[in-house]
Amino acid sequence: MYNFDFVKPTSLAEAVKAMAKEDAQALGGGQTLIPTLKQRLASPAVLVSLSGIAEMKGVCVGDDGALCIGGGTTHATVAKEAAGKFPALAALAAGIGDPAVRNRGTIGGSLANNDPSACYPSAVLATGATIITNTRKIAADDFFEGLFTTALEPGEIITEVRFPVPERGAYAKFQQPASRFALTGAFVAKYGSGVRVAITGASENGVFRWTAAEKALSANFSAGALDGLSVASDSLIGDLHGTPAYRANLVKVMTRRAVAAS
Amino acid sequence: MPKDHGIGASSKRREDVRFLTGKGRYTDDINLRGQTHAVFVRSQVAHGKIRKIDTSDAEAMPGVIKVFTAADFDGKGGVPCGWQIHDRAGNPMLEPKHPILAEGKVRYVGDAVACVVAETLAEARDAAEAVVVDIEELPAVVDMKAAVKGGALVHDDLGSNLCYDWGFIEDNKAATDEAFKTAHHVTTLELVNNRLIPNAMEPRVAIGDYSQAGDDYTLYTTSQNPHVIRLLMGAFVLSIPEHKLRVVAPDVGGGFGSKIFHYIEEAFVTHASKVVNRPVKWTCSRSESFMTDAHGRDHVTKIELALDKDGHFQAIRTETYANMGAYLSTFAPSVPTYLHGTLMAGNYKTPHIYVNVKAVFTNTVPVDAYRGAGRPEATYQLERVIDKAAREMGIDPIEIRRRNFVGKDEFPYQTPVAVQYDTGNYQATMDKLVEIADIAGFERRRAESAKKGLLRGLGVNCYIEACGIAPSNLVGQLGARAGLYESATVRVNATGGLVVMTGSHSHGQGHETAFPQVISEMIGIPENMIEVVHGDTANTPMGMGTYGSRSLAVGGSAMVKATNKIIAKAKKIAAHLMEASEGDIELKDGKFSVAGTDKSVDWGAVCLAAYVPHNYPLESLEPGLEETAFYDPSNFTYPAGAYACEVEVDPETGKVTVCSFAAADDFGNIVNPMIVSGQVHGGLAQGIGQAMLEAAAYDGNGQLLSGSYMDYAMPRADDVPFYKVDHSCQTPCTHNPLGVKGCGEAGAIGSPPAVVNAVIDALQHGGHNVTHIDMPVSPSRVWSAING
Repeated sequence: MYNFDFVKPTSLAEAVKAMAKEDAQALGGGQTLIPTLKQRLASPAVLVSLSGIAEMKGVCVGDDGALCIGGGTTHATVAKEAAGKFPALAALAAGIGDPAVRNRGTIGGSLANNDPSACYPSAVLATGATIITNTRKIAADDFFEGLFTTALEPGEIITEVRFPVPERGAYAKFQQPASRFALTGAFVAKYGSGVRVAITGASENGVFRWTAAEKALSANFSAGALDGLSVASDSLIGDLHGTPAYRANLVKVMTRRAVAAS
Repeated sequence: MPKDHGIGASSKRREDVRFLTGKGRYTDDINLRGQTHAVFVRSQVAHGKIRKIDTSDAEAMPGVIKVFTAADFDGKGGVPCGWQIHDRAGNPMLEPKHPILAEGKVRYVGDAVACVVAETLAEARDAAEAVVVDIEELPAVVDMKAAVKGGALVHDDLGSNLCYDWGFIEDNKAATDEAFKTAHHVTTLELVNNRLIPNAMEPRVAIGDYSQAGDDYTLYTTSQNPHVIRLLMGAFVLSIPEHKLRVVAPDVGGGFGSKIFHYIEEAFVTHASKVVNRPVKWTCSRSESFMTDAHGRDHVTKIELALDKDGHFQAIRTETYANMGAYLSTFAPSVPTYLHGTLMAGNYKTPHIYVNVKAVFTNTVPVDAYRGAGRPEATYQLERVIDKAAREMGIDPIEIRRRNFVGKDEFPYQTPVAVQYDTGNYQATMDKLVEIADIAGFERRRAESAKKGLLRGLGVNCYIEACGIAPSNLVGQLGARAGLYESATVRVNATGGLVVMTGSHSHGQGHETAFPQVISEMIGIPENMIEVVHGDTANTPMGMGTYGSRSLAVGGSAMVKATNKIIAKAKKIAAHLMEASEGDIELKDGKFSVAGTDKSVDWGAVCLAAYVPHNYPLESLEPGLEETAFYDPSNFTYPAGAYACEVEVDPETGKVTVCSFAAADDFGNIVNPMIVSGQVHGGLAQGIGQAMLEAAAYDGNGQLLSGSYMDYAMPRADDVPFYKVDHSCQTPCTHNPLGVKGCGEAGAIGSPPAVVNAVIDALQHGGHNVTHIDMPVSPSRVWSAING
């Protein structure tokens, strides 16, 4: 680690102010950022911890029935408190990392980082959730811009995520054997208006919607509806843990399993 | 009623009290007054010519005491290799210098180029980043076959990347080739024994402490064999006589072989502490550990098995490429040769065996012994090719093994690959395996798995290993540059308690518990009257350390010898005290008695008399009660066993789940069954890890792709099943006093083929024409095999 200044504001307003400093970096649960700092791969001048801001934490239900989760809410809290209202999301949160990760890592941190193998982006994209920051509301479809890239402006802080709760939904993850991130994960969400399917872990461009599957499932919400479909492997990730063709297979298998589990 | 103390009791591991409560004292826990910190500047390219190293910016930075480069080690030796192999033509292997800091060239990613010594760790890190190393990158050789076919030279002065081309036994070659010509059936298998990164829980640490007052040195280091480090570093690298060099390996958090070797960092801190005249401490980061700890395995093999029409083995022929990495680590050349070729007979009677091994230099970190060291490689290829042959010939995999076992009445059994097995009963361990693995119920379980859409497979294999390393005169002939005896000093105190100072070293094995059990049994005193001291050259006799499942078989035997000397002397004292003849004295339950009388004197009184010799035969006997013994084994020991694994394969994803694993081992006599089970459990987890998960991967440029736990998959608790282990089959070793064979490596040696055999069984039964998948049998590989 290099030296840095550390601030821990207790209100969003203070955090926004702190983030205006040069080379300021927001720190959520630190499950990615702290290892990065330890390896000296990042050198922020100021680290702004968001973990002391009570107004950014917690799970509640909005007037429109959406599940609202504060950006600073840990995965463990989501796993526990979203279980009744949105069990598929709670199960996703319960499957991230290990207990230590789940008790530190936050939904806002995960989304802002947008790791191509993270679990949360699939849930946000599949549900068409809204990401609320200190300055604006961003639709899920506009938020994810590729590997580790989002629509967030410098200094912008995710304060809340609002999930429209689907009639049926499930997340099916195939774990990468070493990291246990998603080698491929599929989130399927069925609404009255149609079905959305988001895939994480597979694409070189990060989380994406599998529109062909959405169409098929919207017409017939059953695992069999996916039978004739396939995903092109061109832009899928090939690495130590799987070829693009293998990931293309997993996209289909995991989507089918998510449908079956929903 | 199980015993509650002594040999055969499951005494609780006394050392765990400190390990489990955070009270262990590891090398990194040691901080010396005036200590400085070392951070190495390491090569980021796999192969390159060093044009210039500019240390001037770094030296001007805050807290920096000195920046070292190779020039600071002028006149010092390289890190030596402890074993010299001779090739098929009788020529010695190619042996490059392994300098403390790179001289002229860098040869792997992580090769140390320079080292900053500074007041604080943070200052040393900052300055290390400011060292400017100008390297002209050269093409790297990573693939072994390419390396010997005209690839770039790792060591220009050697003129070749082929370290040696070894034949074993060269005189067997013609007859072996002939047997293949006349065989009824030949099964051929090409396979890779995947490269592994040891990942001991405690990374390496070294602290050098030079004392100007005594002109002597102390090295604190994470070592499995402090005396060996003292000898290698003192005699060959730094020219420090042993009486001026103390090496201390305190609590060590796992080694698995990776802490046997003498590493450049140890020599660096020792020498640097004299240069800066202050203690110098280096603690390896986990990332550095991935890059610089000696890796394990990494063989590419073609094995052929010739059989007659009934499945009897006629001949075995192998050709193996063994990766040495960029330099020869301490025991690297011995691993693919004498720890590998000698085991190629397995548990079977095969008349003709010929083993060829080509050891190759590549631009990767050195490869050396890792839990099992050569024996897992031998077992894996042999047990895989037997399984393939059984399937090709339509013989049950258990039956084909039974047909070829060395029979229980055929010991001692001379193999065609030099070693002579003293004892064993392979049918009995197989019988036990069939029972504990419930082989009879397998088809029912397979049908249950099929209902879930999963393919279930059963894999079985046997293993044999050579432990208790080793008869010194024999290994000397084979190229070892050291003896491989072990030592113990038993010091009895005046009030009867005693201390064993052993040359063995415990880094998780439980010696502090098991060794006292043996002495407790011999003398008849409680285990808690006995303490074990190890790991410090200043207070233990010269010993060769712990690896190769040798501690109890060799170190324990030295301890038994020393204790027998103690008992013999104590009997003389007792005879004097009771005015009886020495020959009539019996020792039982801590009491000396005169045979046929009710006269007795207890252990404590005899010990007191030895140190307060008021009534003592001083004219014929020295006072005191302390004895040292060295034990050099007359043969290896040969633990053996039979293992079975059941897996479920998900054909849609290729994911393999290990459902059950059963291990029936013959370790000879057993001192502590609980510790033995624990060793087997750990070994099985490592073997399953190799089979299912672990792979050290370099890209074509020699960059380590699996450089962290994000990509290097270690087995976790939920990757392995609850094991069924049994060690009730016991054919005691015939040539050591305890009749013990060793158990530390068995699990890691015996388990990988069972896993892969099970996966192949599952796929073939499921209608997939798959005959082999290389380890690790990852989901991606299994899926690819299924889908052509």
